[in-house]
Amino acid sequence: MKNIFSKSTLWFLGSAFLIYAVLQILVSAEILNSFWNTIIRIGGVMAIVSIGLNLIYGFNGQFSLGQWGFYAIGAYAAADVTYRWQINKSADGMVVLALATLLSGFAILWLRKRLSTVRGLDPLSAFTIYLAVTIILSALAWWLGTLISPTVTNGLNLLPAAVAMQIVFVSGVVFGAVVAAEISFLFGLPILSLGSDYFGIATLGFSIIIKILLDNSDTLLGFQEMKGARGMVGIPKETSLFWVFIFLVLVVVITRNLLRSSYGRAVISVREDEIAAKAMGIDIAEYKILAFVLGSFFAGLAGGLYAHINGFLHPNTFNFIKSFDPMIIIVFGGLGSISGTVFAAFAWALILEGVLRLFLPQGFETWRFVVYPILLLITMLLRPKGIFGDYEIPFLRQVLPKIRKTSETKGTDSPLEAHP
Amino acid sequence: MTSPKSTAATEPLLKVQDLSKNFGGLRAVNRINLELYPGDLAGLIGPNGAGKTTAFNLVTGVYQPTEGKISFKGQEIAGIAPHLINQMGIARTFQNIRLFPSLTVLENVCIAYHSHAGYSMQDAILRNKNFEVKEKELLEKAQDFLSIFHLEDRQSEIARNLPYGEQRRLEIARALAANPQLLLLDEPAAGMNPNESLALMELIHFIRDRFKLTILLIEHQMRVVMGVCEKITVMDFGEVIAYGAPQEIQSNPRVVEAYLGRGAAELSEKLQRSKAQ
Repeated sequence: MKNIFSKSTLWFLGSAFLIYAVLQILVSAEILNSFWNTIIRIGGVMAIVSIGLNLIYGFNGQFSLGQWGFYAIGAYAAADVTYRWQINKSADGMVVLALATLLSGFAILWLRKRLSTVRGLDPLSAFTIYLAVTIILSALAWWLGTLISPTVTNGLNLLPAAVAMQIVFVSGVVFGAVVAAEISFLFGLPILSLGSDYFGIATLGFSIIIKILLDNSDTLLGFQEMKGARGMVGIPKETSLFWVFIFLVLVVVITRNLLRSSYGRAVISVREDEIAAKAMGIDIAEYKILAFVLGSFFAGLAGGLYAHINGFLHPNTFNFIKSFDPMIIIVFGGLGSISGTVFAAFAWALILEGVLRLFLPQGFETWRFVVYPILLLITMLLRPKGIFGDYEIPFLRQVLPKIRKTSETKGTDSPLEAHP
Repeated sequence: MTSPKSTAATEPLLKVQDLSKNFGGLRAVNRINLELYPGDLAGLIGPNGAGKTTAFNLVTGVYQPTEGKISFKGQEIAGIAPHLINQMGIARTFQNIRLFPSLTVLENVCIAYHSHAGYSMQDAILRNKNFEVKEKELLEKAQDFLSIFHLEDRQSEIARNLPYGEQRRLEIARALAANPQLLLLDEPAAGMNPNESLALMELIHFIRDRFKLTILLIEHQMRVVMGVCEKITVMDFGEVIAYGAPQEIQSNPRVVEAYLGRGAAELSEKLQRSKAQ
């Protein structure tokens, strides 16, 4: 266990816990009112969704504007689960969602292993197979879910109400994120073979589709409780500071563990030079999908958390203009810097929603959309690589081993010795 | 035409048969044949635009051949994805250096070693024992490759910032880290002065013996290849025009013609005839 908790890890976990503890005390003592509490939680949520985007754009080099669409999917999926529990007193949302995501998730993983051995299978045919299987399994999950949901509801009712609520909330957030990840897999399969700019346009299209679907969620999708363009109300406000911090720390640790391994280096090599990566044995399609799915999973998580902050969701929150927010945050914080992203996300929330809203004179609140682009302009001129550039705090850095002179080349057997 | 080293008993490691590649109406490579036996250090030379790099790109899967067969260790590899060809044991370098520019020198080498990493993604995310052990091994292995090329002090430098000669060496180190049996070097000595290219050729000899490799290298300066390669294939206008030991190539009139023009070829023939008399 000594290896796992190195000095930088202890520093990171310790200071994360300390920040959380201080904030929690300030909030509990009502020194920070609910306005600031909301802003801090929004900052955390933005940090999670932006880390996801940084994984896709900053580390994998795929310019994506679809992050906001996956954020919306996570938000609405999780909100629907908790809404049905709170208002309808039924766990059917949770059961169906969990079954559908787990069944299709395992099917996708199983199929992927099988299909990878088929030579010459083009992405579109693969996509069709995956889509058909997912739809069939979701229908199966629907049928199975409605069958067993009364039992699960009764089971959950045996627990204290608060505990049951937390269980429904967390599983809603997690399975909502898995839905986002699975949709991103299906969407990314044919789209990721496009070059970077074309991929950006395609993902922008995805964001717009999701927004339109949400506008008509009550009629087109048949979810009455989502109320389409009128906005979904009555979602329990379950996202506490605690959950935001737990999920943020988890996301940072997972991202760091992945990136600072051979798999992460493979992801980064795709950004650096696709042709060289291929020639070095890296399956670039695989790592593009990996980064895209994981990034979308984080977006879904963030969406689920966001839905339970205000208890209100409106499709306008997810329009494509807003989809530039995480893009702005990662460019502002530094492409390819996790610490920069977290910093910029909190700075973004604090400045845009907090400081500017409070200190601009009455009637001038909308001027914050003038002041904040000017701040962005100045930053880009002074620090074009973002505030953090590619700086990382020690915990998030790639640890390079000490320089070693190996004995085998010490002698004269390498001819470069003769020609230094 | 076979050199004494490759006896009839051994199977060729790489066998290219009637390989052609069209780009629209241009036939960049026209029915070329090539055989490499284990342990060969062969050269592929020819004037600019002869189709040497295209031939490399066909073998490594960057391009799909229009016609012809490529077999490696007896397996047909034409049409297979480049990363699978690499994993089968063919590694290459590029004419215009293609490092991962904003990564460190050590990371560049680590990436090529990825297919031998030996731990799963779950291991990496959970940071378990297997990850710790295998990652340490991987990094040490990468350092070994660097120290062969005397780059061990440079490991934490950004690849883009290395001087030109070191970038070339790093690219070869990275190709070696993929653990190939066949190494394809595309103009490794381009842009080097005579001393540097001499040192490089010695180094290529050394790694061939040290890693039991088969090496095919492209070069268009004849002088460089003559010293190091045991067999040379000459290409011009997409076709193989000569094949043989360096001495045979040097006096081959078609080769001289390809390089220097018809007049020079006639002159050299005259010179040889007068020498013989």
